[in-house]
Amino acid sequence: MNIHEYQAKGILEKYGVTIQKGIVASTPEEATEAAKKLNAETGTEWYVLKAQIHAGGRGKGKVKETDSNGVVLAKSLDEVAPKSKAILGGTLVTHQTGEEGKLVSKLLVAEDVYYPGENEPKEYYVGILLDRAKGCNVIMASTEGGVDIEDVAENTPEKIFKEWIDPRVGLQGFQARKVAFKLGLEGEAFKNMVKFIHSLYAAYDATDSSMFEINPVLKTSDNKILAVDAKVDIDDSALYRHKDIAEMRDKSEEDPAEVEASESGLNYVKLDGDVGCMVNGAGLAMATMDIIKLSGGEPANFLDVGGSANAQTVEAGFRIITKDPNVKAILINIFGGIVRCDRVAKGVVEAYKNIDGLDLPIIVRLQGTNAEEGAKIIQESGLKVTSAIVLKDAAERVKEALA
Amino acid sequence: MSVLVNKDSKVIVQGFTGSEGTFHAEQMIEYGTNVVGGVTPGKGGQKHLDRPVFNTVEDAVREAGANVSIIFVPPAFAADAIMEAADAGIKVIITITEGIPVKDMMKAKTYIQGKDLTLVGPNCPGVITPGEAKVGIMPGFVFKKGKIGIVSKSGTLTYEAADQIVKAGFGISTAIGIGGDPIIGTPTKEAVKMLMEDDETEAIVMIGEIGGNYEAEAARWIKETGNKKPVVGFIAGKTAPAGRRMGHAGAIIGGKDDTAEAKMKIMDECGIFVVQSPADIGETMKKALS
Repeated sequence: MNIHEYQAKGILEKYGVTIQKGIVASTPEEATEAAKKLNAETGTEWYVLKAQIHAGGRGKGKVKETDSNGVVLAKSLDEVAPKSKAILGGTLVTHQTGEEGKLVSKLLVAEDVYYPGENEPKEYYVGILLDRAKGCNVIMASTEGGVDIEDVAENTPEKIFKEWIDPRVGLQGFQARKVAFKLGLEGEAFKNMVKFIHSLYAAYDATDSSMFEINPVLKTSDNKILAVDAKVDIDDSALYRHKDIAEMRDKSEEDPAEVEASESGLNYVKLDGDVGCMVNGAGLAMATMDIIKLSGGEPANFLDVGGSANAQTVEAGFRIITKDPNVKAILINIFGGIVRCDRVAKGVVEAYKNIDGLDLPIIVRLQGTNAEEGAKIIQESGLKVTSAIVLKDAAERVKEALA
Repeated sequence: MSVLVNKDSKVIVQGFTGSEGTFHAEQMIEYGTNVVGGVTPGKGGQKHLDRPVFNTVEDAVREAGANVSIIFVPPAFAADAIMEAADAGIKVIITITEGIPVKDMMKAKTYIQGKDLTLVGPNCPGVITPGEAKVGIMPGFVFKKGKIGIVSKSGTLTYEAADQIVKAGFGISTAIGIGGDPIIGTPTKEAVKMLMEDDETEAIVMIGEIGGNYEAEAARWIKETGNKKPVVGFIAGKTAPAGRRMGHAGAIIGGKDDTAEAKMKIMDECGIFVVQSPADIGETMKKALS
C-alpha cells in the first residue's frame, strides 16, 4: 500500500528519523495558517508547497489548469495563499501520472531546508527494500541524491552502495557506519547520518514496509541530516497488524473500479485495452491477457476472481469490466478444479441476464471439472456467448470477435 | 523415483480441522494420499476424518511417523507453523497459505537454513506425483502419470499446462507449484534441479511470471549443466504494466530484469523452448521431444 509523503514523514518522525518539518493543508487559508505555525516552530521564512499525490516527478510536473509546478517555493507568507491556490484542486500531470494527471486535494507546507551556511547543502539517496533473490532487506545509498535512482543505476552503478541486513540480527552499527563513510561524510554530519540510518531501519522494520525511498536525504549547511521527501510502501499482507497505517489508505488515489472490485473481493487492475477478461488464478489471468494481445487485441484489465468463482463473483466481475467504455469483447477463462465449470457457466448465463444492456460478444472458455456440461449450458442459453474448451480456440474466438 | 512426495510419504495437515484444511484433506485422502493425521493446537487426542489430531507437529512425527506436512494455517500464524514443522524434523513442508507477511517469511526462511528439509511455497497449489500422492489443492484428475515434470509459480496455469501435456499424449512425473510470493522456500532453479536429477522425468515445463530473477537463474543453471533434458518455458505477464502488482504478491515489474520479455530472452539464449502463447505448451513439448 502506498501512502502520501506527509503520512510517510509522520511515520518516520515517530521512529526518530529527522525530517524536513511540514504541516498538511487542504485550502489556501489552511496553508497560510500552516506557514505561520511553521515559522513560529522552526524560524523558516521561506515555505515549500508540495502537492500530495501518489506519484513521483511532482517538482517538474505541471498543474493542467494553472501551469504551476507541483512543488513550488513561497518566499514570503503573502505568497503562500496564491501559490497554494494554483495547486490545490488542480490536476497535476507528471511523468508518472499519465496524461490524465491526478487531482491534488492536499498540500504539504514544509520548511525551507536549503538555507545558506558554513557548508553547501548536499543531497543523497537512501532506500531500503526487499532483496528477493537473497531473501533479506537491503539498504541502498548513493551520493547522487535528488535524481532518479534508476538513472544512477544505469549510468553510474559504482555510485550506489548496498548493505544487506541479516534477518536474524537486524541492522548492525558497523553497517550504518559503512554506509555513512561510503557517502563521504565526516564529523557531525557523519554522526547524524549513522543515527538517521539506524532510525530509518527501525521505522522500516516496525511498520512491515516493503520499500522506503528517501530521495533526497539532505545534509544541510549546518550538517543536519534530513529526509526531504519520503516514499513508503507497506506490505499489504501485514496491514492487519498496523490498523493505524491501514487507515491512511487514500481511495481517491486509486481507480474507482479497482476500489469497487477490492470491496467485492476481486483482484482487478484496469488497463488501457479493448478486451476485458475474467479468470480464476493470477498466473492464468496474466497468461490470458497475453493471449488477448497475441490475438490482435489489447487487454482492458487484469481480473482474478479467485479459487471459488460463482454466480456472484462472475456478476460482480461483469459489472466492473463493463464499466470501462473501451471494452469491445470479454473473454472468460476458467480452469475448473475445485470450481465446477457447469456452475460457472450457470453463473455467466444468470449474470448476463441480470445486467441490462449487456451487448458485448462474450467468449467463455471452460476447462477442467465438468467443462463439457458447462459448454452445453452456454451453447443452449441463446445468449450472445460463444464457448471454447481449448485455450487456442478461445484465442481464435477473440480474434473473430474483434474482426 | 519421484520428487518430493510419493506413495510412501506420511502426510500431516497443519490446520487440519479448519474449513480449508478439512476440505483439502478429504480430497487428498480420496486421491489416495497417505494422510496420517493432522495438527490443531488444543484439539490433540480427537479424531478428524477418521485420523488422529495432534497438538504439536512433534507429537505427529513421534506417534504417526509424519515426514511431509501441508500447511493451511491462516496467514498470521503460518510462518510459525513452518518453523514448528522444521523443528519437529518434517522433511518436506508444503505451504498453501496466501498472504503471509514478508517479514514473517524472511524469519521462517532464515530459521530453516541449514536444516535438512525442503520448504515449498507459500502461496502455492502444492506438489503432486500422479498415482502416488497429491499434497496440494490441485484437481488430481488433470494430472495423468507420465514423464514430464512441471515447475510453476501459478496454480491454475499449472493445471492448464498439465492438461495440455496430457492432451499432447504425455503425462506428469511430478508437478511442483513453487508459489507466487516474493519469498518462497524452493525457487525455480532448485525445483528444476530436482526434476533434472529425477530418473522418471524426461522433460520439464517451467512456468514463471513477471517479478524477481528466479527464472533467469534457473535458465542459466540449465545451460551451465549442459541442457540435460528438454525444457519448455513460459513467462506470464508480457502485457502487465510496470509497477502494478498482478494478483500474486511477487508479480510486479520493479525493474527491467523483471519483465516477461527479459526473462524469455534469457531462457531462449539458454536453450529453453520458450512459448510466446500459453496455448502452445503441449504442442511445443511434442516438438522438443521429437
